[in-house]
Amino acid sequence: MAKAKETVSRTLIVALVLSIVFSVVVSTAAVSLRPAQIKNQNLDIKSNILAAAGMLETGASADQIEETFELFDVRLVDLETGDFVEPSAVDVEDPMKYDMYKAASDPKLSTNIPSSEDKAGIKRRPNIAKVYTLSENGDLVRVVLPVHGYGLWSTLYGFVSLEGDLNTIEGLGFYAHAETPGLGGEVDNPRWKQQWVGKELYGDDPTEPQIQLVKGGVGADAKNKEHKIDALSGATLTSRGVEQLVNYWMGDRGYAPFLKKLREGEV
Amino acid sequence: MAEVNAKQVLFEPIFSNNPIGLQILGICSALAVTTSMSVTIVMCLSVIAVTAFSNLAVSLVRTQIPGSIRIIVQMTIIASLVIVVDQILKAYAYEISKQLSVFVGLIITNCIVMGRAEGFAMKNGPWLSFLDGIGNGLGYSVMLLFVAFFRELLGAGSLFGFTLLTPVNEGGWYITNGLLLLPPSAFFIIGLAIWGLRTWMPEQVEEPDYKMSRHTHKEAF
Repeated sequence: MAKAKETVSRTLIVALVLSIVFSVVVSTAAVSLRPAQIKNQNLDIKSNILAAAGMLETGASADQIEETFELFDVRLVDLETGDFVEPSAVDVEDPMKYDMYKAASDPKLSTNIPSSEDKAGIKRRPNIAKVYTLSENGDLVRVVLPVHGYGLWSTLYGFVSLEGDLNTIEGLGFYAHAETPGLGGEVDNPRWKQQWVGKELYGDDPTEPQIQLVKGGVGADAKNKEHKIDALSGATLTSRGVEQLVNYWMGDRGYAPFLKKLREGEV
Repeated sequence: MAEVNAKQVLFEPIFSNNPIGLQILGICSALAVTTSMSVTIVMCLSVIAVTAFSNLAVSLVRTQIPGSIRIIVQMTIIASLVIVVDQILKAYAYEISKQLSVFVGLIITNCIVMGRAEGFAMKNGPWLSFLDGIGNGLGYSVMLLFVAFFRELLGAGSLFGFTLLTPVNEGGWYITNGLLLLPPSAFFIIGLAIWGLRTWMPEQVEEPDYKMSRHTHKEAF
């Protein structure tokens, strides 16, 4: 018995049968669970967008999230010119299917950021971004813009939501990061995020965002308070990362051309 | 190993032969996934499922496995089961699977799973092996939940996400202990747990590897 199972042919047969059986098991699981997984991922992205816009009720069901999200228009924007582009420009039918973070690593769909300008620490920027707009009775009331940039340990991915004047911040939230729990990880703290509400991105120049995260907290009578937010205590580098990434994405190289055209009604 | 009965196989690994406490296996994931109770429970269930079913599968084919490739065969079985578990979590427990991230995949490298397959399932029948898998999974779970209890309660002031001690950051009084949210703190808790376990069951204390020789005097000159 012991000898019979140690032959070369026996070993090969066992290896082959085992491989076939388990590849069937694994692929069955992967294929049959695929639809449920994709649904979860989409729902996750949608709820993050709603959370940044302050439109996510706690304990909202999947259907409620889908329903609220339907109010938004998903549009693609050429960051260079600031114009809307058709989904066919990036070879997708539904703009929801376009992944700007995947595009950032495709040389045809992205541009290299010179290190002197790379405030957000992201190295490459997609040419086309996916934005979410909400209109009521033909008036633009809300724009949600995806942003990302490097903190201390990780790239933070999030959304900034702007009011219809395209200057006042309505909310900000990060849905993926790996900053230190309790320190940089406090970017998720609702009390801290609440401070962003009502802050203004731009001063006199509508291409130069002025956001500052202030160490030790913003005093009650600080100058230019409308641009200042308390830095996270014990998280200098995460705070700096957040400041830089917001300023990068809202600046000339980010959404500023688009926001300018949108404000002037050109797109 | 002569008289193994089902009850022993199932319950011994929980305290008297705990895979983390006595054998010091599976420490990696005990550090990584114990910041909150709900995440830990899902991790524990995944590990129990993987150890039980991999033990079962290995035991079923144990007489057929050629000795020269037995580790590879075990790895294939374990890896396939882990992928299945990972896929299921992504489909039905998306939020938690995001927090567990790579650590579900890393169950493949969890020494407990491999150790039980090689150490027990290769020599015992399917039913006993299955129970042994569950038992060791439970032993792992008890330790993980113990660690997670202290880390979440003292590190974030909550249990299962419900705030018990309102932290200062949210306007309460409790100053959270940031160390407990970081992986090294699990070492302290596991260390204390092992100390407690060995005080309760002194037979678990190992013989020292060597004895220090007596201090000797040498006159300085």
